[in-house]
Amino acid sequence: MLERSKIADAAPSAGSDTGTRPVRFRGAGFTPKAGRYSPWIALALVIGLWQLAGSAALVNPLFLPAPSAIARAIYQLALSGALWHHLSYSIMRIGTGWILGTVAGVIVGFAIGLSSLARGVGITFISALFPIPKIALLPLLILWLGIGEEPKIATIALGVFFSTAISVYSGVDAVPRNLIRMAQSFNVPFHAIVRRVIWPGALPSILAGFRITASVALLLVVSAEMIGAEFGIGAFVLQAGNLMQTDQLLAGVVILSLFGLAVGKLINWLETRLLHWR
Amino acid sequence: MDLIADHISHRFGALDVLDDVSFTVGAGEVVAIVGPSGCGKSTLLSILGGLLRPSAGAAQLRGAPPPGSLNPLTFVFQDFALLPWCTVEENVEFPLLHTGLPIGERRAVVHDALRRTGLSDFSGTFPKQLSGGMRQRVGIARALAVRPAILLMDEPLSALDSQTRELLMEDFIRLLADGAMGAVYVTHNLEEAVRLADRIVVLSRRPGRVREVVTIPLTRGERGDIHAREKLLALQGELWSLIREEAIDAEREVQHA
Repeated sequence: MLERSKIADAAPSAGSDTGTRPVRFRGAGFTPKAGRYSPWIALALVIGLWQLAGSAALVNPLFLPAPSAIARAIYQLALSGALWHHLSYSIMRIGTGWILGTVAGVIVGFAIGLSSLARGVGITFISALFPIPKIALLPLLILWLGIGEEPKIATIALGVFFSTAISVYSGVDAVPRNLIRMAQSFNVPFHAIVRRVIWPGALPSILAGFRITASVALLLVVSAEMIGAEFGIGAFVLQAGNLMQTDQLLAGVVILSLFGLAVGKLINWLETRLLHWR
Repeated sequence: MDLIADHISHRFGALDVLDDVSFTVGAGEVVAIVGPSGCGKSTLLSILGGLLRPSAGAAQLRGAPPPGSLNPLTFVFQDFALLPWCTVEENVEFPLLHTGLPIGERRAVVHDALRRTGLSDFSGTFPKQLSGGMRQRVGIARALAVRPAILLMDEPLSALDSQTRELLMEDFIRLLADGAMGAVYVTHNLEEAVRLADRIVVLSRRPGRVREVVTIPLTRGERGDIHAREKLLALQGELWSLIREEAIDAEREVQHA
């Protein structure tokens, strides 16, 4: 028979002298969390201090114009249409280069992830070519493709391709083998395993790769435009620097930062939509 | 339909894992495979299910699968192997998508499997929202949906807590009660083996050889009886004495590996 009781041992009342003491809490820390408002407060504080320094003439506006001057420059650029003109060139180059590099990278990445032959050949080439700074290839690409848009787009596509291929085959490798075995045990055909198991399983890594390749594309478009372009944000920033128009230069930098943030938000949105199961 | 382990041997590189293992699982029969850690139980199950090619010997089928069976040999995995991006209903439907079943029939099969495993109210839930026991129920529902002739169960309860294990064991007994489905049940747990199996194949330590085949002298229906429990407990003790020394040796081997 079980001995049963519904009455628990009596706990000592607070303050009663029974020789007890509370167990010290030792579990604090190591769980950093960004507050909801603290990032905005920090940003506002830095901009405010920067503005104050500019208004009080503590810094030379030629070297560091005040935020209000940069905002004015952006407003004037938008009003004159120059901002949209430069931005449209940069977006066209980034968009085309990123799409070409991503499509090729996804195809090659999947081939490396799924085929022994492609893995044997592909990893050797990717390992050898990935570390090369792609901007160093721009002169060669100009030689091959002429001085139009093609070499700039090709530089971006190359930069995007390698990072995408690596993130795709890493993602394919990271798909739990037990899921593939499970699908095989139900006689699911190869193409269906790729579509229904490997693709969704690799998607987190692929999207993480997109975040990296978006930054790579931005970096390369600015570099390529600085080397050989009349229009584009990179060309605009370089021209402003040559003319010592630092408010215009920083306006270009702010626009690049906003563009990068917008792309990051877009990828966040994609992750929320496609990886809701995580 | 019978499943035959026909002189199966297997090695991973220089490591001999299985050595000349032979036995037959008859139609509707439940055979448990027990043995010390590392004796090749799961490897043997993978070979029997066609997921691993043996170094020697073969897994054979004898007789036709039952009519309507979409996947005669169907696994229930220890780690559930559920697609985390699919809902419960989609997971159960997954093996049916490529069978050519019309969508209406497919849905009916899925709903029947969910009903039999008590998952009807969870069809739109994702695996991460379920407890371990419920996830294994999804694995069982998925296996039932393809109407298997033989279930290949690789320690299906070992990742679960003891209460959930007990509940799922009751489910297994119920599902296998009518003899329409057979099973190969790989386990470390001798209690599970004696409660569920008709016969128990005892493997030796690595390389696994068939050391003994023990027939349980009670039908599964009789095993719920209080007197039968004593008999089962005695059987469990006998089995343990069979593998105890080798289990100790195997454990030491693992620790020194």
